Amino acid sequence: MDWMQFIWAGLGNGAIYALIALGFCIVYGAMGIVNFVQVDFVTLGGMFLYSVAVTAGLPVPLGVVASMVGTALVAMAVERMALRPARTANHLVLVFLTVGISIVVRGAIHMVWGKNRMAVPPLTADDPVRLLGAYVLPQTLWMMVLTLLAILALVWFFRGTPLGLAMRAVASNPRAAAVVGIPAGRVRLAAYAVAGACGGLAGALVTPITTLSADVGVLLGLKGFAAAILGGFGSFPGAVVGGLILGISEALAAGYLSSAYKDALAFVLLVLVLAWRPQGLLGR
Amino acid sequence: MNARLVHFVWSHRLGLLVIVAVAMVLIFPLVTNNPYTLELTNRIAIISLAVVGLNLFMGSTGQISLGHAAFLAMGAYGSGVLTVHAGLSPWVALLAAAVLAAFFALVVGVPLLRLSGHALAMATLACNVVVHHVLLQEDQWTGGPSGLAGIPPLSVGGILLDNPVQLHFFVWGVLLLVLFGALNLVRSLPGRGLALLAADEIGAACLGVPVLRVKVALLVLSAVLAAVAGSFFAHTYGYVSPDSFSIFVSTDLAIMVVLGGMGSVWGSVLGAAVIILLPEVSDAAETYKEFVHGGILVAILLFAPQGAMRAIRQGWQLAVWRWRRAHATA
Repeated sequence: MDWMQFIWAGLGNGAIYALIALGFCIVYGAMGIVNFVQVDFVTLGGMFLYSVAVTAGLPVPLGVVASMVGTALVAMAVERMALRPARTANHLVLVFLTVGISIVVRGAIHMVWGKNRMAVPPLTADDPVRLLGAYVLPQTLWMMVLTLLAILALVWFFRGTPLGLAMRAVASNPRAAAVVGIPAGRVRLAAYAVAGACGGLAGALVTPITTLSADVGVLLGLKGFAAAILGGFGSFPGAVVGGLILGISEALAAGYLSSAYKDALAFVLLVLVLAWRPQGLLGR
Repeated sequence: MNARLVHFVWSHRLGLLVIVAVAMVLIFPLVTNNPYTLELTNRIAIISLAVVGLNLFMGSTGQISLGHAAFLAMGAYGSGVLTVHAGLSPWVALLAAAVLAAFFALVVGVPLLRLSGHALAMATLACNVVVHHVLLQEDQWTGGPSGLAGIPPLSVGGILLDNPVQLHFFVWGVLLLVLFGALNLVRSLPGRGLALLAADEIGAACLGVPVLRVKVALLVLSAVLAAVAGSFFAHTYGYVSPDSFSIFVSTDLAIMVVLGGMGSVWGSVLGAAVIILLPEVSDAAETYKEFVHGGILVAILLFAPQGAMRAIRQGWQLAVWRWRRAHATA
């Protein structure tokens, strides 16, 4: 049952890509920009988990919550201090701005946590369990379960809460939203925080498997971005589908073709999809 | 008499500036023959080649490329592999590498340049990641993570370019030629089309600028310049390693463009010089490299999105205006 083994691994990673992709989509929806800082939210999630669970010795679940909250707070600070002052509609400037902020945040991570590789504890004990004829790490199951919970929470948030509805209003028409009295600035801040929390959760879940370093989020984040574009940039179901397709095809390619080019596959796939269907698989 | 001289200098200020720049390049090795300093200025010239190309592409098409280190890599590794493994002469290798980069840019550019904004930024980044990955994995050709050594230097007219002074004249000479060409391109008929494209893509299309073809042509041109820069890099140092061509190098190239000002040919050299010289000026710039480079990018975008070169020019014009006003009232 080799293939089942690969499917499990792919689903686990795919869940992480989906979570990161959702973060990209939320910011794109509310602010209309591509947020390269999402990449560092993933790293920050892992770093906060390390500080709480290893340095402070507190329980790991608390660390996961702390990394979501901590990353969301950092995200709010970034939005308030660097993104909001740049009042320009120039797409080029805004995208570059997030690239610049991303580099600065990475520098800050280097200074606070250093450049060494670190090990982070998983949520529960490390013994693999046997499921559908293949061995699965409990952490992989946690990734899938918590990502699913996060997606459900996001669905509820965007459909059932005033803030979520306000966010969708700003996304669909900022001017009309302002006319009916929705404070666009605060809504964008909240959207950025939610995206930060998604990235933080992804980082806290995946770093016990990948090990933690200051650059860990870069490759993961870029793959999350690839997943978002694969599904159709800005589309939430697209982000989830794109993430899962990417995760599974990566795992199968690593298993059956060559593990050397596993990391390049996402980007080859991305270029092919962009060339063939620029709006993505589920995009309009 | 004096007034006529002032008038002559003022009306020919740009041409005179160019003459002064060329003269400074010519006498620079006479001022210093410190190999370390010359190595730095040579690196500025080599990287500037790539930045001028990237600037033409980004400034004219209003598109972001975060993958130009991939073209740099094709030039460097093309030269390296073809001279070390295939035993070709450096000039043939350089030419072959440039053709390879041009071909790659064409193949990738035609489908991808229909995209814009974030999708293109990501797609170029993706190309860079793939190229970097290939460099790491194909270690029987590229030497893998430890790099490729023993690349022979270039020679011109029987003179081997293996010391910094000869290299100085060579790379700065090539850079001046490229700058000359770029400035003429900007002022030519296709160049006017490019400026229009930068200002308003739909307007340009309506006035008959073949938008997609122009974009692809610029990408190919910038890829060739980057590949030539990469080849010079390889032949100058005799050694290349994958880390010189990671996505972080691509973002550095883009930072140089933004710093100098998008669409500003002279700004490209300024941007490259500032970023390369920063670590020499202070150790902190090397220790906190990400902080400094990211900070520069953010600060320029927030306070002078038109780039340092134009900000300096505007500051100068403002100063002249104030001086004139003060003297008019006095």
